Amino acid sequence: MSYIIKGETGDWEIVVGLEVHCEVISKAKLFSGAPTAFGAEANTQVSFVDAGFPGMLPVINHECVEQAIKTGMGLNATVNKKSIFARKNYYYADLPNGYQISQSDKPIISDGYIDVDLENGETRRIGIERLHLEQDAGKLMHDQHPSKSFVDLNRAGVALMEIVSRPDIRSPEEAGAYLRELRSIVRYIGSCDGNMDEGSMRCDANVSVRHPGDPLGTRAEIKNVNSIRFVMQAIEYEAKRQVELLEEGGKVVQETRKFDSVKGITKTMRSKETAVDYRYFYDPDLIPLRLSDETIEKCRKEMPELPSAKKNRFVKDFGLPAYDAGQLVAEKEIAEYFEAAAKGHDAKKVANYIMGDLFATLNKLGKSIKESPVSPENLGRMVDLINDGTISSRIAKDVFQFMVDEGKSPDQIVEEKGLKQVTDTSAIEKIIDDVINENPDKVAEYRSGKDKLLGWFVGQTMKASKGKANPGMLNDLLKKKLAG
Amino acid sequence: MTDLVELTMAEALEGLAKKEFTSVELTQAHLDEMAKARDLNAYVIETPELALERAKRSDNRRSKGEKLGLMEGIPVGMKDLYCTKGVRTTACSHILDGFVPPYESTVSLNLENQGSVMLGKTNMDEFAMGTANLTSYYGAVRNPYKDKTNPNKFLIPGGSSGGSAAAVAAGLCMCATGSDTGGSIRTPASFCGIVGMKPTYGRCSRYGMIAFASSLDQAGTMTRTVRDTAIMLESMAGYDPKDSTVVNRPVPCYQKALTGDIKGLKIGIPREYNPDKGLNSDVRHVWEQTAEKLRQAGAEIVDINLPSTQYALPTYYLIAPAEASSNLARYDGVKYGLRVDGKSLDEMYTNTRTAGFGKEVKRRIMIGTCVLLEGYYETCYLKAQKVRRLLCKEFDDAYKKVDVILAPAAPETAFGKDDDSTKDPLKMQLYDVFTVPSSLAGLPAISVPAGYSETTGLPIGLQVIGNKFCEETILRVAGVIESVSGMSIRPLRVGGK
Repeated sequence: MSYIIKGETGDWEIVVGLEVHCEVISKAKLFSGAPTAFGAEANTQVSFVDAGFPGMLPVINHECVEQAIKTGMGLNATVNKKSIFARKNYYYADLPNGYQISQSDKPIISDGYIDVDLENGETRRIGIERLHLEQDAGKLMHDQHPSKSFVDLNRAGVALMEIVSRPDIRSPEEAGAYLRELRSIVRYIGSCDGNMDEGSMRCDANVSVRHPGDPLGTRAEIKNVNSIRFVMQAIEYEAKRQVELLEEGGKVVQETRKFDSVKGITKTMRSKETAVDYRYFYDPDLIPLRLSDETIEKCRKEMPELPSAKKNRFVKDFGLPAYDAGQLVAEKEIAEYFEAAAKGHDAKKVANYIMGDLFATLNKLGKSIKESPVSPENLGRMVDLINDGTISSRIAKDVFQFMVDEGKSPDQIVEEKGLKQVTDTSAIEKIIDDVINENPDKVAEYRSGKDKLLGWFVGQTMKASKGKANPGMLNDLLKKKLAG
Repeated sequence: MTDLVELTMAEALEGLAKKEFTSVELTQAHLDEMAKARDLNAYVIETPELALERAKRSDNRRSKGEKLGLMEGIPVGMKDLYCTKGVRTTACSHILDGFVPPYESTVSLNLENQGSVMLGKTNMDEFAMGTANLTSYYGAVRNPYKDKTNPNKFLIPGGSSGGSAAAVAAGLCMCATGSDTGGSIRTPASFCGIVGMKPTYGRCSRYGMIAFASSLDQAGTMTRTVRDTAIMLESMAGYDPKDSTVVNRPVPCYQKALTGDIKGLKIGIPREYNPDKGLNSDVRHVWEQTAEKLRQAGAEIVDINLPSTQYALPTYYLIAPAEASSNLARYDGVKYGLRVDGKSLDEMYTNTRTAGFGKEVKRRIMIGTCVLLEGYYETCYLKAQKVRRLLCKEFDDAYKKVDVILAPAAPETAFGKDDDSTKDPLKMQLYDVFTVPSSLAGLPAISVPAGYSETTGLPIGLQVIGNKFCEETILRVAGVIESVSGMSIRPLRVGGK
């Protein structure tokens, strides 16, 4: 089902393209040797190159280039063997050179796509127009002094990958799914930590609306939205705003807008008339970036298994449903946990415990999968104990909780707490006999046709076994005995 | 003892080696000469303490028998474009007021590592923008030469490396660094009767050199003899990982190229460099005479065509300002140098840049900003890049026929500071007409004194332009021109004898 806005003049479709800035994980900046540590004291991660000192020259950091190549590979895109850096000229106090080194018409990566899974089970392919490398700017601080603004250049010159999608996105949900998939890819590759709240991944959304089949409408660009949820909200609001505007006979103006997350609305930042002319031209301080076959091959060899491939493998090798596999691969750490827990055990059941009890527990404790109190080995072992009949799935709930609380192995817990399932027929028969003997009236009622009492008997006998009786055996034996 | 400031660098190196004098003595002699010739305004900062300290260290190295550099103990002038650690560097612009670099440019570091002794920073056109050294924030430089028809006339030394040229000519240093974007070494060398060489683009590192137009800027040498040029170029050139545009190839011993033998060498004379109008007849005469002398020395003179030459100037005056407009954006009052406060950030930018930049620099920033704007980018900037490629191709074709090209360095000899032409920026641009094409093509070119003007007695330099990385060939030809010119290579004694 496509996302449609019902208007008075008919149905409206939304068209969205996203520009995502990903801060590259690298030891040094894109064009200088300065370190890139996050959260360091102001102006301690700055070289003379970053600060725009006279006579300083940029020198490309190949680590950043390789991160971009790998990310491009992860986006199923073309790695361009020749790309060119250009200057984007504008004045701001956080931009020491008065220009940002970026790439214009010759980006390092072009023409890729990613497939995103939607909740209804559909898969959508979103095209990627390009990925280019550029420098980040510094940061202005206006709250340090009553009349002065301070500049922190720690971030100035840090490498960014700007990933530009094609206008293939048709709903806020697709935008969210695209961003989650993209984040998952860069995290798998290790080219960006993907933390939108820390600003290491930032998103601009280009939104327009049209009647299905019409040419593209005029778009507005919503700048710098800092969470996936906000991006979805901003698109939803902006599309509605444009539809209302158009239906009232107005016109959408091409402009830059910002999202007010408190009010959930978008507002004009600057219109096209006041837009900056960035005077792009190739940076004469740098030569074209040429990639050798060896470099590209090296990157290819270093590529990890990506979420989509991992998902397919989970489906194929472990027989997981596609949706479950998708959930498990979204984060590399979860996928790793799952593989460790599933190894040699019942993978489907392991997956269910991870997505059910484990996720619920982690959520409650506010912990990540890496901090899980239950080790993957213990979880796998617990599933074994269920499958070999040592414990029932009901007892497993208790065992799981003990594992969370005490961190011990399931075998140890079962042993210490005496939770081993009773599978000895005579032992179960003895419990049943006791219950039957103690409740002759109930037995009589049952035998006279009150079948519903079976549940009561199950409860009583299970209680008497302290929950350890094998439920299947107990059921069978109970029915037999009650039948007389 | 010989007057130390009259020696060439090669002679001085010999004298130092034979312990006829020390580097301290040599340095002191130049410091004394500098003091006598302050009216030339060749230096914007003199660093006598630093110079004597370095000279002393050089003498110590020599007396201890340590490894010596190619320019061990030689006093040099440093164009104010090169960042020098701990010594104020402003590119002669008000906007860099008080800027003391915490780092050293690669070129000046290479020279220091070869044992040379920096005497101070030489005057120049603001940000190297100018042909007459009239745009310096620190005032005009005076050419030590005098017009024999009007000896009191204040003659300009040419620009932008005017301070370096005047200092070398007047014996205020044995050699000096220059930088050439569109002729900034060759024009002043021609006007001051010295040898000025702009090597191939990418031969010397631009690290620490204050940028004017990055795709054209190239460090070079200013000396009194071709041999000194060879020594100095070998000392400062070479690969540098800090500059992405520098070329990684070994630096030869350029002195070995000075064989004096040009037999069979093909020397091209481009027709387009001999226009009916705009070429001083004395210059033309020296050019023709020199070509004839070279022919007599065994070279073959070949007429060639470089048909796009007429487009070189407009091309240069689009590309260079475009790059400059971006390169100079960093001077915003935020980080270093001059700041003139304002009520807002924009106002602070405007106030700072209005007060900090001179007229010529502002003019070029505005032109450069304009040609990069949407709408002009394709018609101006991109078209200029296409013409630039065409010019390169024409040179490539020419070098299939000839080994070097011989041309005037400037269409005129040195002119007066207050001449009418200095008021018209378009007329001033015409002085670059012979130097700009080889700059656009990134080719090595040397300006070597070839004669005097019969009318004024002023020196005339000729340019030998070579193919990329053929510095040795042009040095060889320049060496022959030097020996057949019959000119003196002794410095002028300004304020002295």
